[in-house]
Amino acid sequence: MMGAGGGNSDVQWCFSQVKGAIDDDVAEADIISTVEFNHSGELLATGDKGGRVVIFQQEPESKDQPQCRGEYNVYSTFQSHEPEFDYLKSLEIEEKINKIRWLPQKNAAQFLLSTNDKTIKLWKISERDKRPEGYNLKEEDGRYRDPNTVTTLRVPVFRPMDLMVEASPRRVFANAHTYHINSISVNSDCETYLSADDLRINLWHLEITDRSFNIVDIKPANMEELTEVITAAEFHPNQCNTFVYSSSKGTIRLCDMRASALCDKHAKMFEEPEDPNNRSFFSEIISSISDVKFSHSGRYMMTRDYLSVKIWDLNMETRPVETYQVHEYLRSKLCSLYENDCIFDKFECCWNGNDSVVMTGSYNNFFRMFDRGYRQDVTLEASRENSKPRSVLKPRKVSTGGKRKKDEISVDSLDFNKKILHTAWHPLDNIIAVATTNNLYIFQEKLN
Amino acid sequence: MITTMECAVDAQSLISISLMKIHNSRTQRGGIKLHKNLLVSYVLRNARQVYIKEKYAEIYRMQQYEEVMTVCNEIQELNPLDLDAEDADNEEQARAACCGEEMSLCDPACHKGAAQSAAHVRTASTLLGCSPFEDGSKAAEPSDYRSCCMEASPVSHFDQFSADNNRHCNKTTVLDLDTHVVTTVENGYLHQDCCCNPPQCGQEAQSPGKKRKVEFGCCISDMEEISDFTAARKRAKREDCSYSNPDYTDTSNISNLISIFGSGFSGLLSRQADLEQICSKQALASLGAWTRAIVAF
Repeated sequence: MMGAGGGNSDVQWCFSQVKGAIDDDVAEADIISTVEFNHSGELLATGDKGGRVVIFQQEPESKDQPQCRGEYNVYSTFQSHEPEFDYLKSLEIEEKINKIRWLPQKNAAQFLLSTNDKTIKLWKISERDKRPEGYNLKEEDGRYRDPNTVTTLRVPVFRPMDLMVEASPRRVFANAHTYHINSISVNSDCETYLSADDLRINLWHLEITDRSFNIVDIKPANMEELTEVITAAEFHPNQCNTFVYSSSKGTIRLCDMRASALCDKHAKMFEEPEDPNNRSFFSEIISSISDVKFSHSGRYMMTRDYLSVKIWDLNMETRPVETYQVHEYLRSKLCSLYENDCIFDKFECCWNGNDSVVMTGSYNNFFRMFDRGYRQDVTLEASRENSKPRSVLKPRKVSTGGKRKKDEISVDSLDFNKKILHTAWHPLDNIIAVATTNNLYIFQEKLN
Repeated sequence: MITTMECAVDAQSLISISLMKIHNSRTQRGGIKLHKNLLVSYVLRNARQVYIKEKYAEIYRMQQYEEVMTVCNEIQELNPLDLDAEDADNEEQARAACCGEEMSLCDPACHKGAAQSAAHVRTASTLLGCSPFEDGSKAAEPSDYRSCCMEASPVSHFDQFSADNNRHCNKTTVLDLDTHVVTTVENGYLHQDCCCNPPQCGQEAQSPGKKRKVEFGCCISDMEEISDFTAARKRAKREDCSYSNPDYTDTSNISNLISIFGSGFSGLLSRQADLEQICSKQALASLGAWTRAIVAF
């Protein structure tokens, strides 16, 4: 087992910050449902079940504490989605934010896409630190002056003011999805993006809201013949014509939009044959892929199913090049996990900046890192007990055998209500954001 | 071959748990989650396969035992010369049993002997919505045996992924979310009808299914065309009335799960008073079937 770190065995992780309420009584609206760094890593966005988006901004590194990278403080908070009701189908549409994706920055403002089950919104987050003063027809408080009292004219000037961060919805992309949206992904061309629901994937132009183009449709003619659904989709980081989508059957399909308008026929299909020795009642459930992520290089992609993380080389479809067991000790507990619905939890996964380490969450507020180069893995815990500033995280271990060593935790003692589904890695530095149920933990690499 | 694991994995309890999950998902906020319910239906299918296999084995054991006892009793009364060839086979078997040959009731090899007594199974049977097993154990069993007295009609509908499952006793109603087309698929015949009308069973078994499409107005691809939908619902009501035959209302109203997922259960419950009665009856009938299934298990 490596030291508590990633990238190489010398990296140690320490606690930096924790955001969110302290009390154990979790309000459902506060449950974090997505976490995403922007392309520079300066901004960190979270979405929650209540439809709110909170953006944190990293403070510039201070010269007094060179060993510490800047802290993340609240930059903007806004209500992205509200609960809606579809009267035609008598269905309530949840306001929970399923995904947030940042657009690459082009000017002073920041843009992000946020989506709930049915509607995607483009938000502009801009700063205002100046305001015009010296209007001729308006008083300073905004009241209109009587034009007859105006005797001289002056040119209004900008004067500094306290920084104000405004979030405004610039586009609303609605009414394009019959089923629940599970993914959005911005294309590398910075003009288009895709949105995926259970059965279809649509291609949008960021400027056009009244129409989208359907590029994948796996809905069978007869719904009785439905055997799989789309679980995640993502554009290739460099090739604007390529995207992948994963299915509930454990397959990943790579599609090329140049081949045809409708990408029902895949260009490549990645699938690992099932091990017949592991067949169980729940084989279909645990093979369902919950997340797919391209590496930054675009050469590899990573998939997460219930028990493992797999790294695929895009050039090889027959099997993954690497497989990491996240919590294999749960394989014998699948029946209980089915009863309490935990088996349906959708864990996400992420790459570090140079694609050498991958990370994913588990139960008991544990999260796991797998170093691909050094073939090492570590289990860490996000908890308030380990939340002294800059305290180094100690590796955790789950005992699977009969004898439980000291400091180990037995499988039966794991708290399955404390799950880490969403994690994010800073694109450049060793800073990670880990979301427990309603708290966001930020850990940084220990710098000497 | 599905291997059981840990301690309390029981096909019957898994079936009831799965049914409860599907039932509860109807009232969850945000609508029915297609992905989750699809996965639950897979568990249901797997559990059902194991359950049917276990049930058949049990029935076979019971039948063999009864058969042996019957033949043993008959032997004492009958003149051996009056037996026909078939009974002679059974008599030999029974004699062998009576003579103390060990009956390994759980032995899969018995199934080979089952071919000889398959006639008994067939005559005592009613057609049932059980498909040939889809896992590796198919080879061991005769492909067309039946089993009777199984409260499996609700369970059988969850095997919608089996393409060769053409001996269903179900009528399923599918509402397509996109086009608002209602499709009623009649496969085979009804479970209850089988018991009463064997000729009907035989007849229906030939035709795998016929489809009747009820178009909701013209092709509605946009959910916002409310007026068309309203007109179409009235048409659906007229169509449904023609199927109010009591033979259909009970098991026929057990809707296919996936179709319910696709449409959203609450979408089936129209707000209009005239449709409400029918849909409610449908809903109640389907719930009743599930409740029976849960209780039975």
